[in-house]
Order: sequence, then structure tokens, then C-alpha cells
Amino acid sequence: MDQSISWITVGSVEDIPRQGSRVVRTDFGDIALFRTVADEVYALEDRCPHAGGPLSQGIVHGARVTCPLHSWVIDLASGEAVGPDEGCAGHCPVRVVDGAVQLGLAAFRPGRGGCGHG
Amino acid sequence: MSTHTNPSTPRERLVVVGNGMAGIRTLEELLAKAPDRYDITVFGVEPHPNYNRIMLSPVLAGEKTFEQIVLNGRDWYETNGINLLTGDRVEVIDRANRTVTAMSGLTVPYDKLLIATGSTPFIIPVPGSTLPGVVGFRDLADVDTMLEAAARGGRAVVIGGGLLGLEAANGLKVKGMDVTVLHLMDTLMERQLDRSAGALLRHELERRGIAVLTGADTAEIVGNEKVSAVRLKNGQELPADLVVMAVGIRPNTALGKAAGLACGRGIQVDDTMTTSDPAILSVGECVEHRGQTYGLVAPLFEMAKVAAAQLAGGTEAAYTGSVTSTKLKVTGVDVFSAGDFTGGKDCEDIVFRDAARGVYKRVVVKENRILGAVLYGDTKDGGWYFQMLKDGTEVAPVRDTLIFGQSFGGEGAANPKAAVAALPDSAEICGCNGVCKGTIVTAITEKGLSNLDEVRAHTKASASCGSCTGQVEQLLALTLGDGYAGEAKAKPMCKCTDRTHDEVRRAITALDLKSIPDVMQRLEWRTPDGCHHCRPALNYYLLCEWPGEYKDDSRSRYINERVHANIQKDGTYSVVPRMWGGLTSAKELRAIADVVDKFAIPTVKVTGGQRIDLFGVKKEDLPAVWADLNAAGMVSGHAYAKGLRTVKTCVGSEWCRFGTQDSTGLGVKLERMTWGTWTPHKVKLAVSGCPRNCAEATIKDLGVVCVDSGYELHVGGNGGMHVRACDLLVKVETEAEVLEYTGAYMQLYREEARYLERTAPWLERVGLDHIKRRLVDDAEGRAALNARFLFSQSFSQDDPWAERASGSVDRHEFAPLAQVG
Repeated sequence: MDQSISWITVGSVEDIPRQGSRVVRTDFGDIALFRTVADEVYALEDRCPHAGGPLSQGIVHGARVTCPLHSWVIDLASGEAVGPDEGCAGHCPVRVVDGAVQLGLAAFRPGRGGCGHG
Repeated sequence: MSTHTNPSTPRERLVVVGNGMAGIRTLEELLAKAPDRYDITVFGVEPHPNYNRIMLSPVLAGEKTFEQIVLNGRDWYETNGINLLTGDRVEVIDRANRTVTAMSGLTVPYDKLLIATGSTPFIIPVPGSTLPGVVGFRDLADVDTMLEAAARGGRAVVIGGGLLGLEAANGLKVKGMDVTVLHLMDTLMERQLDRSAGALLRHELERRGIAVLTGADTAEIVGNEKVSAVRLKNGQELPADLVVMAVGIRPNTALGKAAGLACGRGIQVDDTMTTSDPAILSVGECVEHRGQTYGLVAPLFEMAKVAAAQLAGGTEAAYTGSVTSTKLKVTGVDVFSAGDFTGGKDCEDIVFRDAARGVYKRVVVKENRILGAVLYGDTKDGGWYFQMLKDGTEVAPVRDTLIFGQSFGGEGAANPKAAVAALPDSAEICGCNGVCKGTIVTAITEKGLSNLDEVRAHTKASASCGSCTGQVEQLLALTLGDGYAGEAKAKPMCKCTDRTHDEVRRAITALDLKSIPDVMQRLEWRTPDGCHHCRPALNYYLLCEWPGEYKDDSRSRYINERVHANIQKDGTYSVVPRMWGGLTSAKELRAIADVVDKFAIPTVKVTGGQRIDLFGVKKEDLPAVWADLNAAGMVSGHAYAKGLRTVKTCVGSEWCRFGTQDSTGLGVKLERMTWGTWTPHKVKLAVSGCPRNCAEATIKDLGVVCVDSGYELHVGGNGGMHVRACDLLVKVETEAEVLEYTGAYMQLYREEARYLERTAPWLERVGLDHIKRRLVDDAEGRAALNARFLFSQSFSQDDPWAERASGSVDRHEFAPLAQVG
């Protein structure tokens, strides 16, 4: 792990429903934390690159989430839209230490928009 | 005594504290490298020589005797000149004088000390945890206690559904006790298994008669002089004559701590297994290395190797941590897991399911190397995967067949058609209906069958669960050669499966499938947990098939149905309270107005379904908004649901000079009967009081048009993109008949339509005649359908808003996890 990042504990893995999501409010806007069926935790900006839909409200399957507004599928690890759609949701480093979920907010990387329709 | 190579030089003294697997393995390794370097003394608390602790489970189950699991008998210690002191506990280490003193008073000096004190079961600190009848599962004494209890019969509760707990549970069950396993998490062995494998394991244990309670949090162990029951935090009480605690282990650090050695969760060691005192080494479960502690045997042996090299005077060997694998030692249950199988960035899941054999395999690959594996039912390739995992073997060359295992290969297996051709006539193709290859081939030739449906009709092969469909198709191709045109393929449900909606539904019924993981396993899903297409569909099919029994999976619902409001483009929600038959009152309107003011709701609109929509409600305000609406007697309008939306009415004979019947009253009755139901897609009803049809009843899923002599029932209409006017189903004379037909029609739609198929396309697909045959011509069938509808309604008419406004359901949905910055 990058030692230069300062990590902020925001809750525990158990606080996030499996195959679900919780939101953390930050200065960068809302960050959506996802917990997959395999208990992996990911953090993305809570904004679909397509039309800004709240990804935290989508269905989580495998390591992906489907946006609730127009069913874009976003890869949780990279924030990239799954083809043929193009765009990338903002991404935030996250790690789990002894069940505590920690965000590396300083290393937040903003997203880039998609096709812009809808 | 062994011979000394140089008797004139006094040998160094090595004292080993702990006669378990780690300590003694270190000695074995050391004796192989430097047989004469040390005078060795071993202290063991247990009164036995060194035995294989991981084989205690088979001893409990009666599959092995203690003698069979002894690793080194007393003669081994003698032969190697080791002074073994059993039944004595080292209490003090005097580091300044380099001596240890035992409980017996015996003091032994050392030049090197090896601490291998292992671990003890963690006993959860609840009231009653020290009562007689509460045991851990760690040593032979525990096994003896369990065997004594089992000999008396009665009930055992095992707390902890991990590796040890399940092995204990199985052993006690084999010995004739009634066994219940309590597990805090919702998946058994959740550290080793994913949800699919955990579900299979649970089924197998339940099949063996072991009760499993997940999400079970122990509050108290009840009993006066000995244990009599276990009470859970939810109040449930389970009678128990024996309680086995198997929730985890704690490294035994007391001795090291008292001696002032650096300790964290375990006694801290560096890569040479040396503690903070250079004269003292430590190995095994008592150790903490690079922040990790271990409870499995393989790492202990790796540590032992390094410690032995160190003691032998070497400096090369270093322990860098272990990748672990686990196997459950329950006879007939094959479970294997290794490495990191959680998946993640750039990881690829390769899933293989063979429902007929009860096999589930998942291998996680990252950058062409195996990262982890979970195997259930067929673990023979566990070692192969684990070796490649540890070696970082490039798997690209075998990537395509990796999941089939090491022995995969050869023409027969790679070519399914050749494989089927090679089967004898007596080979069973369809397990559900017991149909052999010969029977199918004979039917094809003698009856001139040319496609799958005909084979199904004549032989029943592949007509139940459908898992042999592929093989039946191969048989058609083999038998008919070029005469087989193949099957007109219906569209599969989604990319996770080749099966169609209808096939999946048929299998749910035929195979008694009762959960989403069950369906995915038995029908051989290609993904670990489906996708946004199949999960909501499966959730609906299961809910429809098993009313009152299937537990709704909120994680498989679209957001609107999960939070019972409609998401809008800006992420806010809209809220629509139910207005029965379109009726409202001053009290309701006042409450709505107050809610709008109180929560600064920006837009209020009257809907096409005769109710009021509140737009722009913030998600975290939803429970409070609902609470206020509930207080005025209003409930959810399900404006977000694949379910009953509205029953639109006109005023009818109560006020209208043309009205022929009480259309508003009938609308209210219909809405009271049908609200809360889940259906394949949304359902809208309407009742018009006369043929002028002001309620637009003939473009609804079901519309009632009142006439002087009774009621016309129209079905299969909708507005929207493709407007379709209803077809007339039947004309009836009484309100009671309207209600019965409505219930029966709703249920037929629920049972037959595919998920997300509205009544209009459903009707066009199956034909109006089919619906008339089921509802109009068959009075008995109609009554049965209606009865099934009403039965399912008895479980679905709880206001979802009230459940959430009170905070008792899904509280986490409506609050952010944290606020930072």
C-alpha cells in the first residue's frame, strides 16, 4: 500500500450489506462504498459517468454495479463503464484493515463523462 | 540415548515448551539437520505423546482411534535422546538466568528456548460460559468429554460454523446426538467459502440431519449446575446437554508476555522465527509473524523448517508468511479452498457447476495466475490449483480447460458429441425421469421424432430440470444425422445462463429450488452471483412459487422496489400514497399538504392513476415522510412496483346519472384485494360505471365495464409505447364473480408470464383462447387459481412504508455510512 496516503476509517465491512452499497459524504461529493458477494469492498464517486445517476442505488453483481437510471454497467475496481458504453466514474482508494473500511480520499481520482445523452 | 560425535564438548541445551505439532515438527527437522547439537527437553501439558491434532475430528466421528493419530510415540523421544516431560506446564521463563520453571517445581536451564504453546479455543464471554457441559474443541480431553456426552445421547449445540465447529457437529451427529450449529454470519465457513459453496455445504449438513441457524448471536448459556440451553439475542432458546464452542482460537501468549517478550495478538517473531530475545524462538499458532497469526497446519510446518534451520546454525532460511489452503474433514463432504477467492480488480472468475454431481468450482485468475480457488463436491484438483497458486504458474496455456482439472483432456471429453456417442445404451441421460440413452434413441427412430419438444413429450427426457437438454440434442443429432435441423432457440434469460425464462421456472418447480444460490448452482450459472437481468427475475419466480416460504432478497431488487419509492433523474425520490379507487379525503389531503411543507417538497402532481405524486424527496427523508403519511392512515401506493399499481374508477351509480353500477365501490374492493401483490410487470386495473368508459378501462391490464345486466371483464390492454386495447374475456353478473375472475387472472399472469412481460404481450404470446380455457371454461381451475392468489396475498399485504418508517426494516438504506471532511 502507498504509505503517502492517509487513510480515514469510515465504518466496518459489516455496515455495508453484501451485494449492496453505502454512501459516505465527503468534500469531493458522495462516495459510494460497495461490498460484493465475495466481500470485496470498492469505492467509487456516487455518480454514473453517463447521466450522473447514483451508483450506490444500483444492483451489485460480481464486481460490477448497474446504474439505476439507465442500466449502464460500471466495473467497481476501475470505475470504467463496461462496453459498449464509454466513460469512467470517479475512483477512490479503499482498503479493509481488520474489518474497518478505510478511504484514501487524498488520492481521489475524478471521473470522465460518457456519451452525454439521457 | 543417542551417541555423541564429540562427547568431550558439552552440548547446547534446547528446551521446547509445547509438545504439539509445531514444536515437534521443528525437532524432527532439527534432528535431520543437526542430530547431535542439542540436549533437548520437551514440556507438554497434555499427558500424551505428540499426536496429530487435526485428526481429532475423525477420532470424534469414530473413524480413527487415538493410537492411529499418534505422530511420535514415547519410543521416538527415547531413541532421539529427548527428555519428554508430559503433564507439566512451564510457568516461568527467567531470561536473565536462561532457565524455565515448571508447575512441578522443576527448573531446567537452556541455551536456546523454543516456545510452541499453540492456542486455546476462544470462549465467548457470555453468562454461563463456564458451566460444566461447555467445551472447546482443541485436545483429546475435549474429544473425551464430547464422546461421554454423546454416549448419553441428547442435544448438542455447536457455537461456530467454521471448520472446527462443523467437524465437531458432524462427529456428534454421527455419534447419535441431535445437533444444532449456531453461526453468527450468514454463510458457513465464510472465511473459506463463498456464498454458493456455503449454501451447498449447508444443504448437505441439513440433509444429514444437522440443524443450522445462521445470523445466530449467542446471548447466554443457561443452566444451574450444568448447561441446559443456549439463549440467543433474539430470545430464541435451544435446549442443550452439551455446548461446543468453536468460534475461533487465541494464541497462547501468556508465558511469552510474562517473560517480557514482544507480543501482539501472538508472540512476535521475525523471519527467522526469533522473538525479541535472540535466545528464544517461537513457532506455531502462538506466533504472530508480519501481523498474521495462523491456525492451520501447513504454515506451522513451514515455520518449523525455518526455526530448525536457525537452531541448526544456518542463517539462510527465512519464513515469509504462508498462503493457506483448507479442507473440511467431514467424510463425504468435499470442500477445499485456497488463497484469495474474493476476486477484485482485473480478476477473472472461472465458474464451473455440475448440478447432477453437486459440484461447484470457482477459480479466481489475475494476470494469468491463480489467485484463489473454492471447490465443493469435487476437490481432487485442489492440490493442483494450490501448487500453481503458490508457484505463480502461468495458466494461459491451459486457461480454457483449467476449470475442468488436471486430468482433463482427450477427445471424448473435449467433444460432447463424441462423449454422448461413446455412452452405452444403458447410460442414464435424464436423472429426473430416469430415461436411458437407448430409450431416447429408440423413441427417435421408431416414432419419427425430430426435435426436443417431441422427445420430451414421448420420453420425458429433459422435461423436468432440463440439465440434460444438451445431451438429448446430441442424441437427436447423432440419430438423425443431417435430418436434424436443430432447435429453434428461445432467447436465454441473460448472459449468465443458456436457459430460457420458461426453462428456469420449470426447474424451480421440478427441483424444489428455494433460493437464488440454489437456482444458480443447480442450473449451472456461469457467473458467481448473476447480473441485474437474472437476479430480479429469479427473485420474482421464487417469490411466486413459494409464497410465505421464500425470503425476499432485497439485493436482487431494483432500487425502486428496494426502497419503496421512485428514483428520479437527480437521485431524489417520488412518493405516491395509495388512494383506494381514487378516493381521498380532507384529512388525507391535509396530511399531504403538511408533509409537503415540512419537507420542502418541490413538486406535487396528480398522476394518471388518480393519486398524488410528491417529487423531489431526499432519500434520507423517506422514512419520516412515510411516518407522517402513515399517521394519517395512508399506505404505500406501490407506484414503483412490478405489482398492482392503481385501480382507476369513475364515480358510477353513486353520483353519475348514467352510472349502472357502483364502480367506485367495486374499484375499492378490487384494490383492497390485489394491493401488495408482486407480478411479472406492473398491473393497472380500472372500473368504469357505464360503457362511456370514463375510467379508460379497456386499455388496462384488466378493466371492468359495468353494464345494466352486470360486468364485462376486459383483459390484456395497456397505454404506453404500444397501445393495445383489451380483449373481452367474459361477462359476469355479480361483484363476487368479478373478484374471483380478477384473482384467477392475476394468478395465471403471475404463474405464466415471463419477468418484465406485461399482460398485453403475454396474452398475444399465449393467445386469448388459452386464457379463456383456463379462466372461463374451467370453473374449478379458476377457483384454484383464485385460491392460490389469495393465499399468496396473505403474505404480501403489509405496508412496506410502515415497516421502514419504524426503522425495523432496512434502516441502513436511508442513512449515509459516514460524513468526512
